[in-house]
Amino acid sequence: MKPIATTRSATGVPTGRLAVWWLLASEVVIFGGLLGSYLMMRLGHPEWADAAMHTNTWIGATNTFVLLTSSFTAVLAHQAAEKGDGKKAAGLLVLTIGGALTFLAIKSFEWYTEISHGYTITANNFWSFYYTAAGLHALHVIAGAIIMGFIAWDAFRGKELQRVELIGIYWHFVDVVWIFLFPLLYIAK
Amino acid sequence: MIDIIQGSTYAGDIDNLILLIGLLVGFWFFAAEFMFFWLIWKFRAKEGQKSQYLTGKEAHVKKWITWPHGIVLVCDVFIVVFSIMVWMDVKQQLPVADSTIRITGQQWAWTFQHPGLDNELDTADDIFTVDELHIEVDKNYHFKLESRDVVHSFSVPIFRIKQDAVPGRSITGWFNATVMGEYDIQCAEICGIGHGVMAARISIEDANQHAAWVAANSVSTTP
Amino acid sequence: MSDTAVAVQHDEHAAHDDHHHGPQGLLKYIWSTDHKVIAMQYLFTGIFMAVIGGFMAYVFRMQLAFPGISVPGFGQVSPGEYNALVTNHGTIMIFWVAMPVLIAAFGNYLIPLMIGADDMVFPRINRLSYQIFLISALVLLSSLFVQGGGFGGAWTAYPPLSSVAEYNQTQLGSSLWLIAVALEFVAFLLGGINFITTLMNSRAPGMRAYDIPLVAWMIVIASILFMLSVGPLIAGAVMLLFDQTLNTGFYDPARGGDPILWQHLFWFFGHPEVYVVLLPAIGITIDIIATFSRKKVFGYKMMLYTAVATGVLSFFVWAHHQFVAGIDPRMANVFTVTTLLISVPIAELLFVIIATLYGGSIRLTTPMLWALAFMAEFLIGGVTGIFLGASGADIYFHDTYFVLAHFHYTFFPIAIIGSFAAFTYWFPKMFGKMMDERLGKIHFWGTVIPFNFIFIPLFVLGMGGQHRRIYNYQHFPDLASAEMYNLREIATYALLAMIAFQFVFFFNCIKSWMSGKAAGKNPWQSNTLEWTTESPPPHGNWPVDEMPNVYRGPYEYAHPDREEDYWPQNEPS
Repeated sequence: MKPIATTRSATGVPTGRLAVWWLLASEVVIFGGLLGSYLMMRLGHPEWADAAMHTNTWIGATNTFVLLTSSFTAVLAHQAAEKGDGKKAAGLLVLTIGGALTFLAIKSFEWYTEISHGYTITANNFWSFYYTAAGLHALHVIAGAIIMGFIAWDAFRGKELQRVELIGIYWHFVDVVWIFLFPLLYIAK
Repeated sequence: MIDIIQGSTYAGDIDNLILLIGLLVGFWFFAAEFMFFWLIWKFRAKEGQKSQYLTGKEAHVKKWITWPHGIVLVCDVFIVVFSIMVWMDVKQQLPVADSTIRITGQQWAWTFQHPGLDNELDTADDIFTVDELHIEVDKNYHFKLESRDVVHSFSVPIFRIKQDAVPGRSITGWFNATVMGEYDIQCAEICGIGHGVMAARISIEDANQHAAWVAANSVSTTP
Repeated sequence: MSDTAVAVQHDEHAAHDDHHHGPQGLLKYIWSTDHKVIAMQYLFTGIFMAVIGGFMAYVFRMQLAFPGISVPGFGQVSPGEYNALVTNHGTIMIFWVAMPVLIAAFGNYLIPLMIGADDMVFPRINRLSYQIFLISALVLLSSLFVQGGGFGGAWTAYPPLSSVAEYNQTQLGSSLWLIAVALEFVAFLLGGINFITTLMNSRAPGMRAYDIPLVAWMIVIASILFMLSVGPLIAGAVMLLFDQTLNTGFYDPARGGDPILWQHLFWFFGHPEVYVVLLPAIGITIDIIATFSRKKVFGYKMMLYTAVATGVLSFFVWAHHQFVAGIDPRMANVFTVTTLLISVPIAELLFVIIATLYGGSIRLTTPMLWALAFMAEFLIGGVTGIFLGASGADIYFHDTYFVLAHFHYTFFPIAIIGSFAAFTYWFPKMFGKMMDERLGKIHFWGTVIPFNFIFIPLFVLGMGGQHRRIYNYQHFPDLASAEMYNLREIATYALLAMIAFQFVFFFNCIKSWMSGKAAGKNPWQSNTLEWTTESPPPHGNWPVDEMPNVYRGPYEYAHPDREEDYWPQNEPS
């Protein structure tokens, strides 16, 4: 069912991997634009530091750890896929999804707490950026977890193992975005 | 062409820059179009005649690209230098003000705050008008441009000046009118349904007329 | 490496087992993943939207020439409706006509064929991209009919006008407009992935990078440019949407926000965007000119490198749209330098195309006429841009009809002339029939001549100080002269004439499709791979065992070692 086009590789790089890198390039510019805007505005508004005091650095750090660990399990999944062990790869991807769900659960708790203290998206522009940036990131976590689920299901049945690497690359990107968000939103006070 | 007079000290400079650009690009434009149509005519398909196989390295054709390339660059430098000179004069180097006015744009009118008899802005005798600006000819005016709501743009075609009014900012510009009479003020940034009726008029008066207008409208606190 | 080669071969055969079984019947046209079907979907949607955008132009030009008139087919035009018409005319023409026709339609159709592949690499993502695009078009159209009416803040959508419902008075329309644009962006990001990876990886054996036809390169470079430039605007659009719907204050100065932030994000995309649509049009033009001058492109590599250079430079010029916007005046000088610099590679591109004519044997077929008209008209657009890039002159010209005439002298050649060039050139391949040459030429002259009579008066009006987005110049005594109204009328009559001649085009399409002469595989005697297969190509483009190999570049016309004046890429030496 796949076209011949999908199987050729004039550059030597598998097409799927090329596609993921291009996808990531476009995502980098999106998050770059958002975070760049935040940075410019924050530099012009030192009083935002007062608002930033109220983000919970410990929760942020925990989530950073969760994401880094899930990136690690994604790497292990890739290694298993390389060896052709679809079932093991699937299991490790499920662990990665577990990391994603943990991240989201912690974030939900965090946001619930912040919102009930009055730090809503309209409280001031710092919080507007906070929820927008972290929210956009969370959407990418959710999308990634869903796609990862499909890939894990295929991998479990021994199919399309090359995609395990691809979703892993995407997952590392999601991780890297968070590595930028964490200092910008939590550490800079 | 449509007659639009030069009404400010820098209108002539801007027009000259436009003329310079017109001459330089005009030359290139006509040269390129001529070359283009001439080649189409000269190399139209003829019975029995094959086209030439040219790889792009042939010097006799390539020079027609590299030389124009270089000259275009030189023209660009000329234009850049003159443009920066004009820009700096209009937008960066403000002459000492004889008088300062505040211009406020809002949906959908212009409010002008003229200094009154004391020639000082933000005092009790200031003159507020809506959609009409009164100034004296041959005087350096600074304007402080503001907006109450959305982005507007203060534009006076005969002066050639244009400056966007951004809410949350007060932007300073200047002009010096060289002709007298009544002319259009426009809003040059779409600002909603009433953008098309945001028309104002500038009245440029000689010293006596202007003094009379100020005296008649200024409410001085000194009895 | 050898493992991969074997695996590839094995996969090629395995992949072809059910290669011929696309969806059947009418469903074929809705659920198909065939790149040619998807291309047609984009093409027809784009043409439909062009009719709507053109209708909007008709309405507002009638209002401008005859203020207060009840426009036939529309009625009286209120100020709010006028703003919505000009806003959506611009938005539609750029996002729902130029991009889908030049990039999505012809990119989808041509790229697999030109590189000797049987489809795009990710056919289902391709189908998804069209579906999202279609939804975006429907959302945009729906925005015109909701309560309050369509968004009227110009295609540039500057806040606070666009972000605060009280200011724009089109709360629903504004958000739907924004969502439509965002969905269109997503559709093209998805489409771009296919174009780029397919071109990079799925080339026929023997096809090196410099054997790829320029139009394919140009579409891919444009896709890359789009992907890299649209990101910040997507971020900005999310912020704008939140300001509109959640009452955040990203662009509200009273809450520490900045309206000018939007402008930077918008134009950082907006300027590269014009090259996103220009490059494919240039690609189409040069391919057609090569075929009908029977000439190798004079400087293939030069064109490629200058196209990339233009793309790179285009990221450094954006604030020439903001000279008088309230940016630091010192920045304006920087952007004047960069903006005038970018004229150099563009001039280079045009010079190479002109040089390709030298020594040619030029046939003035309908596609060739369109390609040549692109050059002649775009030159006007290009040189008038210099007036605007020079900050000192832009102080006067900003927001006047001079700007409008400039960008119509660039956009019209790109979107309309370029599309007609591509359409008339590849029609025989797409539909298997030749178009009527006589009708084609009538349509050509009936479009191009009136075009100039529309926009030259607008240059004159702009020089006279006429500013943009005004529904009735009677409120401005200096702009209400009889002389100026004469010019407005001339422009409007010319538009009516141009619209009338478009019926010739539609008639020609239908007549040719139904009873045109059979086209055969290669009616134009061109070299590129799409002309080596049936017209129209079957599903899979070539029989499985006849997929082409490539032996030379795409423009070997009049080669001295050949009797024939063309040498298809797939013919062994």
